[in-house]
Order: sequence, then structure tokens, then C-alpha cells
Amino acid sequence: MYWNKDIECMDREQLRALQTKKLQATVKKVYENVPFYKKAFDEKGVKPEDIKSVDDVKLLPFTLKQDLRDNYPFGLFAVPQDEICRVHASSGTTGKPTVVGYTKRDIKNWGDLMARTFTFAGGCKQSVIQVAYGYGLFTGGLGAHYGAEALGAMTIPVSGGNTKRQIMLMQDFGTTLLACTPSYALYLAETMEEMGIDPKSLKLKGGVFGAEPWTEAMRTEIEQRLDLLAIDIYGLSEIMGPGVAADCEYKKGLHISEDFFLAEIIDPETLEPVPYGEKGELVITTIDKDGIPLIRYRTRDITSLSIDTCDCGRTMARMGKVLGRSDDMLIIRGVNVFPSQIEGVLVEMAEVEPHYQIVVDRVGNTDTLEVQVEVSADIFSDEVKRLEALQRKIGTEIQTVLNIGVQVTLVEPKTIARSEGKAKRVIDRRQLK
Amino acid sequence: MIKQISVFVENKKGRLAKITEVLGQGGVDLVALSIADTTNFGIMRCIVSDPEKAITLLKNNGFTASTTEVIVAEVTDQPGGLAQVLGLLDEADISVEYLYSFVRTPNENALILFRVEDIDTAMKSLQKGGVKLLCEQDLYHI
Repeated sequence: MYWNKDIECMDREQLRALQTKKLQATVKKVYENVPFYKKAFDEKGVKPEDIKSVDDVKLLPFTLKQDLRDNYPFGLFAVPQDEICRVHASSGTTGKPTVVGYTKRDIKNWGDLMARTFTFAGGCKQSVIQVAYGYGLFTGGLGAHYGAEALGAMTIPVSGGNTKRQIMLMQDFGTTLLACTPSYALYLAETMEEMGIDPKSLKLKGGVFGAEPWTEAMRTEIEQRLDLLAIDIYGLSEIMGPGVAADCEYKKGLHISEDFFLAEIIDPETLEPVPYGEKGELVITTIDKDGIPLIRYRTRDITSLSIDTCDCGRTMARMGKVLGRSDDMLIIRGVNVFPSQIEGVLVEMAEVEPHYQIVVDRVGNTDTLEVQVEVSADIFSDEVKRLEALQRKIGTEIQTVLNIGVQVTLVEPKTIARSEGKAKRVIDRRQLK
Repeated sequence: MIKQISVFVENKKGRLAKITEVLGQGGVDLVALSIADTTNFGIMRCIVSDPEKAITLLKNNGFTASTTEVIVAEVTDQPGGLAQVLGLLDEADISVEYLYSFVRTPNENALILFRVEDIDTAMKSLQKGGVKLLCEQDLYHI
């Protein structure tokens, strides 16, 4: 089933011509409207006219997440602020999020792309779509919501949490498609089992799961336990949100919506493009976005691309499952976490010398985050209540910045392993490979 | 006024054994000992024959330790003995952060160790009430 067959199965030469046209327009737009890009282009000695074809994208400068932070909040917007009809944001270091803005046309296009994604999972006008991604500044909830509506499906904007109510709605409203994180899908399955509800008695047919890394083994488990087709979706708020890429029922990689997103794979060390099939960092240029078009945005996600036609008939390039990151970002319960954010909190609290370690684990199907802090002489007290108050304070501060629960453990000095004098900051015990 | 040492202890097998081993090998004698524990960690509090040496030994072995000034009072070992002492502190509006008792005297009396915020006022009130307070000499050379 296709959402827009002409585009999804477009001849690749035709697609290149379309991408070239859109890239040229985007480059001209950012050069003229975004001072950051004018400066970056000038420094690289590249003019919009130099972009003769889509291959010339490699002449352009990169955009980093830090560039969005440096231009906080609206510095990279390419339209006057009154053209922006919505903003989203993702968590950032030391409390400042990275902000993206959408024009009315962007919101419509995004809905269209998400509708395309739902069709990959078998969605259609008759579908009943339960959106259990969080609604708010996070792009997951509203992104999926507008897609479900664009599809013409009946949309249930339940947002995350309240698991028993989620299950009740699935039973009573006859949900056919579920949108949530893969770990939450498994949690739903577990809760159903506890409640004595057979997933086969529900009308669930498919699920679009994403916003966190997951394995093929997890996919098989979700499909068996919930009795549905589990589709992996990929997106990031800087680029658009969910709907950038998704796999189809053949599960041979995630089809990138190349009519909107120009994808490259680069070697994260040399920054040179690598050929199709080779692993590297995914770099995306938005070629049809008005609010905040980004040129060669370094996603930091490690994957590879292939362009042979999929069994489903789509010609759009496919990216493999994300294999890791080229930076230290962790994704915990769908939330982006940088170790530097936790360090920032500890340093700011001054009384704590930041000898700490972050331990991420998966208990059952839920990610857990523990921060171990060494008790130095400066913070030690002979009174339990003071140490417990400190423990609570660290926990609350970290939770405020990250927006997810954290367990703080006080440990003896020098118990955190140091290699070559430098502490190993992160231990990720989740087996995702 | 007596110097108590406090040591941060992770709730982990073998930590207390390690602390006592470090002190023992350094020739430091434990006079009194108490442990406050939470699910996560514990604080070992003790009176030792040589507090400064104990701190150095513990720090050199990677422990976090500090000294705190506490009161040690002699309390008659009979019904109401402790109540009388606590009554004096209550009258002086002093809260007790923690206390523990130990016996190490040739006579019949119990020793109670108090940790309070305002140690000077506490000592004055106790002395005025006729409670015998011990000094370091009394403790280490019993």
C-alpha cells in the first residue's frame, strides 16, 4: 500500500532532478535569509549558484546540534517569526533546549510524511490510530497525531502513560495502529498479560515504533506478544520529527522520504562522503522546509544507505537500523541524554566534586538511569539526613534538566573506575546489538 | 568534648571488615562504635584511641572520614537515668541529632554519646544539672 505512489516509486534519475531543484531553492533561501548560513557559505567560499546538481551538496558546510544551541532560540529560522505557527524543542545541555519552528506549510508536509509512514504499517482511512507518544514540545506525539489525521484515520490522542487506560481504549475503541516507543509497546504487552487480556482479542494490526534504539529481537518479541506488524520509524526534531524514514512490511531498511530529505553518509573522522552500503554517520539536508531548513545536519547516528529497489516497489533510499552514535548521546526511555548535562548539574551544585558515573540498564523493558556520585570529604556529613538531602537534591536537579527519573547513589571515593586518570563516565548495560 | 570519627560506608560486602582492618593494623583501638544505615549507604561513627591517626589511615585507604565533636555523659545505670539527662537537654531546647550508648567503665555507669547542634549550650546545661561529662583523657585511658 502506498500513500503517494508517484513519489515513493519515482525513477531515481527523476528523483535526482527533483532533489536538485529543491536543493538549489533551499540553498538560495538559507543564504539570503539566515545570517549563520551566509557566513558559513562565505567562509567555505561557496555560492548558491555553485550547486549545479544534488551531488554538489558535498560543497556545503555542515550544521551541528551546537549551531542550533548557539543560535538559541530562533536564530536559524529562515522566515519571519510571524510565519511560524508552531515550535518544538528537544532537551539540551544546561537546560537550554534546541528549538525548531514550522510554518503552516511545514506542518502540512510533516503530516503528509507521517501519513506516508502510517501506510507503511498498513494504515489507511479506516484505521483507528492510538498515539501513545508524549504530546508537547517533544515531536513524537503531535507529529504522529497530525499524520494520523492527514491519513483520515480516527485519531486517539491519548499521549504517553496511564497504561491500563491505554489498554481499555484499545479494547473499547478498536485501535488498529499503535504509535509509541518500542519499550512502551513491550510494557503494554506485559500489562495486558497481567490483566489477563489476550492481545489477539484486540484489533491491533500494526505499530509504528521509534524514538529510541531497539533490536530485531525486540521487534520479533513485540510482534509475537502484541500480534501485529512492528515498523521501525526514524526521525529527529532538528530535521522534522517522526516521519523522516520508516521501514515497510519487508523490513529491509528504513525508506527515507528523499523528496524532502537529502541523505548522505560520511566518515565521521574525515568528514568525507562514503559510498552506498558503507557504514558512517548519517547527514541530512532538508530540501523542502520553510521554517528552519538545515544544510548537511550531522545526525551523529551511525548507519548505512542502500538504493536498490525494495521488494515493496519503493525506490527511495533505505537506511539500516541505527547502529550507534558518533557522539556520547544516550537515548533513555526515548529522551536524549548527554552525559555533559548530568555533569553540568553536578558542577553547578558546587559542593559536589564531579566524580560520577552514569549507569544505564534495561530492567524488564524499561530503561533505568542511575547516577553514582562519589562522596568526597567536602560533602560528607556524619548525619544521615544531610547525605540523604544531598542525594535527593542531586536527583531533583538532574530530573529537572533531563525530564526523566533518575536514581542517585552515593558511593565511596575512588570506587568509580578510572582509566588513564580519566573516569569512565558511562556504563550502558542494555544489550541492543 | 570528645572527637568522634565518622566514615562513609557503601552498602557493599566487606567494607566494614576493611575499615576495621585498616584501623587495627594501624594500632588504633576502637572504644565505641555505632552504625547508621540507609538502603543505599551507611555512616560508621566511632570513638577511637587516636582520632587523627585514624583519619589519616582511612584517607590513605580511600575512605571519606571526618571528625565531629560530641558529648559523652556518664549516666547511672538505673531506671530513669537516661531520661534525666535527656530532660535537661529538652529544657535547654536542644535537639539530639543522634546518640548511642556504650559501657567501658570500671564502675557501674553507662556512657551515652550525644551529637547535638549547639554543643556548648548542651554541655553547660548538663553540667548545671549535675551530669558528669567525660573528656578524652577519661575515655582513652580507662
